[in-house]
Amino acid sequence: MADKILKKLNIKVWRQNRASEKGKFETYTIENISTGSSFLEMLDILNNDLIEKGIDPIAFDHDCREGICGTCSLYINGRPHGPDTEITTCQLHMRKFKEGETIVIEPWRAKAFPVVKDLVVNRTAFDKILQAGGFISVNTGGVPDGNAIPVGYDDAEEAMDAAACIGCGACVAACKNSSAMLFVAAKVSHLAKLPQGKVEAKRRARNMIAKMDELGFGGCTNTGACEVECPKSISISNISRLNREYLVARFSE
Amino acid sequence: MSKFLTASIGKKFIMSITGIFLMMFILVHLTINLLLIFDDTGELFNKGAHFMATNPVIKIVEPLLGLGFMIHILWSFVISYQNWRARPIRYAKSNPGESSTWASRNMLILGALVLVFLVTHIINFFWIIKFAPDSMESINGTNMENTYKLVSELFIESIPYCIVYIIGAILLGLHLTHGFWSAFQTLGLNNKNWMKRLEWIAKIYAVIVAVGFSVIPLYFMLVK
Ligand code: HEM
Ligand code: SF4
Ligand code: FES
Repeated sequence: MADKILKKLNIKVWRQNRASEKGKFETYTIENISTGSSFLEMLDILNNDLIEKGIDPIAFDHDCREGICGTCSLYINGRPHGPDTEITTCQLHMRKFKEGETIVIEPWRAKAFPVVKDLVVNRTAFDKILQAGGFISVNTGGVPDGNAIPVGYDDAEEAMDAAACIGCGACVAACKNSSAMLFVAAKVSHLAKLPQGKVEAKRRARNMIAKMDELGFGGCTNTGACEVECPKSISISNISRLNREYLVARFSE
Repeated sequence: MSKFLTASIGKKFIMSITGIFLMMFILVHLTINLLLIFDDTGELFNKGAHFMATNPVIKIVEPLLGLGFMIHILWSFVISYQNWRARPIRYAKSNPGESSTWASRNMLILGALVLVFLVTHIINFFWIIKFAPDSMESINGTNMENTYKLVSELFIESIPYCIVYIIGAILLGLHLTHGFWSAFQTLGLNNKNWMKRLEWIAKIYAVIVAVGFSVIPLYFMLVK
């Protein structure tokens, strides 16, 4: 089946040369886009047009383009990763848009995610949070036997669900407080559910939250927007677990 | 400890504890108030109000309650300001309704409107009963403020006041549709199974509060 063609679209996009410069919106028109193409392909086509016209192409993040790496971002028409649910921007298709529509594209907006250029933001804040405690310490040596440490089925499932987080930052972008709680909750939970993670549980919760606060993310007010916009549907019940882990760590000091 | 109080989860913890305390108070308050419509002589309500004003436990709880309100309100402004600062550049186009409820995003606005109501309410009743009682009544030999007269006259005489009270009750109800389950989530007392249950209990509690407090002015406005 041939895909429908969108004859004309207006793309209103945030342009900003570098972090230290002020940015502004520019609107470009683009013609004959197949509804079967992905959102990023549409941007590639637009960028080709721009290059031919001698305009600096739009910088945006992307890598795997198969929904697994978490590199692509973009706040599209008022929602992180655009109008579709449970997907990343690279998995968004042009069939979600209408003929003649103006599509507004903005970078993730958060103090802790400064703009690098155009739509690219610096998400190293997430790496710093992970470095503060999102790991387990092990003695190196031979590979341990598989199944040597028994893990219950439900625990394994919940740990795996939490481990599905790809660190894209959509939760921060969606949150009215630019809070990183869903990300931190996912990273704390996938370890908290496993025996290997229990050893450093208290230190982990305390240090990761301290780092999160220090980097300028806002606090959680339980609006639940993060869960809805998360491409991996990480549940906010993980945030409750994070709160529990943190409070236990604090009160047992 | 000071580190705990300035940490994001620590601040939320304070909101949650004070919020739960206020929610318990609201239930007690509502129960006493409903006596207003179940006894037209007012004796039951006057006794209830007198008991609430004089029993020894209240002597301790009342200042705690004042403190609870102050902390909840002050903290709410601090938290909201800090959260607002975490996004220096706002989105040009935003569709938050797709992913969260209006009440959850506007807790400060709802709370601030409840606060306006609260001040009116304190001036109308609490202040008069406590510091400027103008009509006394004797029941079984004890002198007490005729609170029934104070409340029923205000509601019967003034339709605008009735409306203000009904709006206040609805705003508080909205605050609690989110606040109730959020408080448990904040304390870590939630999981996958309890999420839906708590949200339902929150709705039921909020409706009880909103309807319960609205029924009283409605009763005096329409029935009396
Ligand atoms: C009787 C009155 C009130 C009750 C029963 C009440 C109850 C609650 C509860 C249970 C929460 C949830 C706490 C949490 O999420 O952990 C909450 C949150 C909140 N309240 Fe109230 N509240 C009342 C009055 C007020 C007032 C007067 C204000 C402000 C002027 C206010 C502002 C807020 C704000 C901004 C939040 C959200 C804080 C957050 O989610 O981090 N509240 N309230
Ligand atoms: S929790 Fe979801 S939205 Fe947040 S970083 Fe992980 S995958 Fe992205
Ligand atoms: S580019 Fe890897 S998830 Fe979108």
